Amino acid sequence: MAKEKTDLVYGTLDMLILKALQYDPRHGLAIADRIEQMSKDILRVEQGSLYPALYRLEAQGWIKAEWGVSDNNRKARYYKLTAAGRKQLSAEKEHWLRITKGIDLVLAGG
Amino acid sequence: MPRLRAWFSRLIGLFQKNKRDAEMSEEMQAHLDLLIERNIAAGMLPHEARNAALRQFGGVEQVKEIAREQRVWRWADEFLQDLRFGARMLFRNPGFSILAILCLTLGIGTNAAALSWIEGILIRPYPLVAHQDRMVALGRHDARSHWRPRALLSGLSRSGKNSTLFESFIIDKITGTTLSVGDRAERATGGIVSANYFDALGVRPILGRGFRPEEGTGRNAHPVTVISYLTWQDRYKGDPEIIGKTQYLNGVQHTIIGVAPEKFHGTFIGYSFNFWVPTSMQETFDSTGYKLEDRGAQWIESYAFLKPGVTRQQAQPELSAIAERLENDYPQTNRGQGFELWPLWKTPFNAVGNLSPTLAITTGVAFFVLLIACANVSNLLLARSLIRRHEMTMRLALGAGRRRLIKQLFTEGLLLSLIAAAGGIMVAYWCRNALVLVSPTRIPGITIDYPGQLDWRVLALSVAICIGSTMLFALVPAIQASHVDLSGALKSEGGSVVGGSGRSRLRSVLVFVQVALSFVLIAGTGLLLRSLVQMQNSDPGFSTRNVVVSAADLFSAGYKPDRAKVFYEQLLERVRALPGVQSATLEGVRPFSYADYSSAPLEIEGYQPPRNEQVAADYNQVGEEYFATIGIPIVAGREFTRNDDENAPPVAIVNEMMAAKYWPGKDPVGQRLKVKDKWMEIVGVAKNAHYRTKLEQPTPFFYVPVRQNFLVQNGFIIRTNQSAAAIMNALAREIHALDPNLAPLDTISLQQQVDRMSYTQRLAVALLAIFGGMALFLAAIGLYAVMSYSVSQSTRELGLRMALGASTNDLLRLVISRGLRLTIAGIIIGVTAALILTRLMGNLLYKVSPRDPLAFGSAFVVMMIVALAACFLPGWRATRIDPVRALRN
Repeated sequence: MAKEKTDLVYGTLDMLILKALQYDPRHGLAIADRIEQMSKDILRVEQGSLYPALYRLEAQGWIKAEWGVSDNNRKARYYKLTAAGRKQLSAEKEHWLRITKGIDLVLAGG
Repeated sequence: MPRLRAWFSRLIGLFQKNKRDAEMSEEMQAHLDLLIERNIAAGMLPHEARNAALRQFGGVEQVKEIAREQRVWRWADEFLQDLRFGARMLFRNPGFSILAILCLTLGIGTNAAALSWIEGILIRPYPLVAHQDRMVALGRHDARSHWRPRALLSGLSRSGKNSTLFESFIIDKITGTTLSVGDRAERATGGIVSANYFDALGVRPILGRGFRPEEGTGRNAHPVTVISYLTWQDRYKGDPEIIGKTQYLNGVQHTIIGVAPEKFHGTFIGYSFNFWVPTSMQETFDSTGYKLEDRGAQWIESYAFLKPGVTRQQAQPELSAIAERLENDYPQTNRGQGFELWPLWKTPFNAVGNLSPTLAITTGVAFFVLLIACANVSNLLLARSLIRRHEMTMRLALGAGRRRLIKQLFTEGLLLSLIAAAGGIMVAYWCRNALVLVSPTRIPGITIDYPGQLDWRVLALSVAICIGSTMLFALVPAIQASHVDLSGALKSEGGSVVGGSGRSRLRSVLVFVQVALSFVLIAGTGLLLRSLVQMQNSDPGFSTRNVVVSAADLFSAGYKPDRAKVFYEQLLERVRALPGVQSATLEGVRPFSYADYSSAPLEIEGYQPPRNEQVAADYNQVGEEYFATIGIPIVAGREFTRNDDENAPPVAIVNEMMAAKYWPGKDPVGQRLKVKDKWMEIVGVAKNAHYRTKLEQPTPFFYVPVRQNFLVQNGFIIRTNQSAAAIMNALAREIHALDPNLAPLDTISLQQQVDRMSYTQRLAVALLAIFGGMALFLAAIGLYAVMSYSVSQSTRELGLRMALGASTNDLLRLVISRGLRLTIAGIIIGVTAALILTRLMGNLLYKVSPRDPLAFGSAFVVMMIVALAACFLPGWRATRIDPVRALRN
């Protein structure tokens, strides 16, 4: 836990959640874990802001929730990417890449 | 698409709130449990693990709140909360709620129903007629002027064809005939109409056809008729083969070419037409045919349809140009005259003229009802705002935002007025046809069309006024709350025994205002009611008691003057011999009927008219002893006798108005006037009377003996102590004895005849009685509510006084004297305000002073009685209460 963690860039949480759900359905904690793990612990997910984001995505129809049982036999709510969510993910990814590319160019331009 | 989905999801969220909340809690709990487990696995003690997990997660409730916002709209959520709370408040004070809703419901409902009805009569009076918004009536500047119908006909149809402003002109002249089908003969009302009549009105006959263009012209060339649906059903038993059959009308065989649709009554307010004939048949239907010929007067009713988008003001110049052309063509009869366009509700002919002042009064009273309803609810809300001041202060102290408070009060007001508006619309819907029920007994042949159709604009306006006033006063507690000194208010509200002097002062003001306002409204309504009663009871200038009028249709039966003279002579002799008959004579035109009096340009010996004045007056041809029979006093000279016949020198009797106008300061008896090239000597002066309606201004009028100015068609007027029905039977026998083909027509008492003409007035009286009653009722319950609220608020004080030894009677006396003091003070202000305000009603009042003591006196008595009752009941209840309980409350 000694490593320095970075808070998320505002507005990127939704995209990261979608990405974390790309292959498997996961419950809330697992999503947070997955994001931190994929970012090699650079990014830290504020657990409190996770749920509003999940509900928002659910309301948009990009993810779907179902009750299931976790690895250690606990009841948990599992989120799954929908077809619309998949489309949204690729759209956001593309958008993000364009922005970062632009920012890189600006910064590299010295 | 996703946006719509999100919106929908939130909408659903609004209704599944509890389920989703539970799910959310469970999910977050599961999350926390996992965290705790993980922490324990990492070697923490259970309680450490739990605390760490909570820290990691952040505030659970805050997260939930934020998450909730994602699911439903916050404002909508709050709105639902407010709505629930508002509904609870309404239920907790059922008395208040029911009263407020009742007031508003009655106000909105009756107002909308009555105004829609009035609007329907005035603006869209003719069922089935298209484009009534573009329909205007065509009249002369001077209602009693002289013109030539043929000139008008050709002038109008010429200009109608190439006009840029007018779409069409139609002519519609009321006429009548005896319709004999089988062995039943009845008087029928009809219209002499231009050939384009049905086409221009957009009315399609349901059988057959309307008139063809060529049928409008050619003297007596086209004996065709369109009959009304009612006539078809009633007189021809709905014969499906009716088209092409013939019917004798005024002795001429007419072919029935069409049947008008069921709801079409013609275009004459007050009458339901039985048949229509084209203008080419005019002579057949005008018993005073000479009017058509030389210099007679003719009063044709006509209408014009403006082209879309053309206003009456724009069209007027074009019409004046036509009038000018006519003036050049016919200088002697059209001098100084012009056409004028009138909106339908000012139509110079038909019953509208009678109707509009009474309708204006009714509208005024209906509006009063609405005002009282709004005032009541406002006062109720104000009263309640006082009760709720403590609640508001408390909520502010507990940290409620002012915005939130206002929003909640707003929602409550909205709830109240929406329920009332819904109720009002329902009442209006039910009442729209109920107006027919309150109308006085129907008179056959006279139709007022009840549109039975709500006008949404009127409804919207009434609802808006109610909602507006409700909302305004619903917010008062919030406004009060927003400048309340919290600690001070909490202390005084909780601790005071008698309830602060400021509060009781405000309560007094409430009662005071309600009394003053109600007084003004009741006095105003009273004045209007008195006006209508006056209108009803005013003396027509002749005696209506013991006089019966009747007629026989000699004209339709084809009598020629010589034969008619003999018939009348013999009949009158027989009638005078009947038991109970004092006198009987002839009259050319029955007073208070739609028939036209004769009218002619006059020359008066010794009178030089100013250049632009055409000397003219209406006159009536009457038999001997006419004045004695009808009961018009002769103030100078003598009455007509048997000797004023064709062999005697021509004579006339003028009314006082005419005498004063043409022979000022002189005795007209012995003077001469020239009518239709005949000099007549004036032998008498009769008192002024009303000739057409009670509302008309006194007008110059004269009488000539029927023997010297004979017409085939005359009416009978009989002074008798017998009933009209008895006379009709006797008359039928006598007429039958003289000519088996004739029957008496329309035999009624003169009073009935007058009533018939004031039918619309009596209708308005009935309406007004209902509205006035409603205004009174609403004002009374408003006063009662405010007064009893005021008394009930001092329950604690009364309890204290009782505990200190006051007797029940002392308390009652205290409550009542306090209430009456307020009431009297309110009435004094009310009287002052009413004296100022009723003067504004001047032109709505008929022969009633705006300070009429009867109206003011009854308003005073009513207010006192209501105030007494309003003080007594709650006061009595308050004194029954256990003093200990009263103090503890």
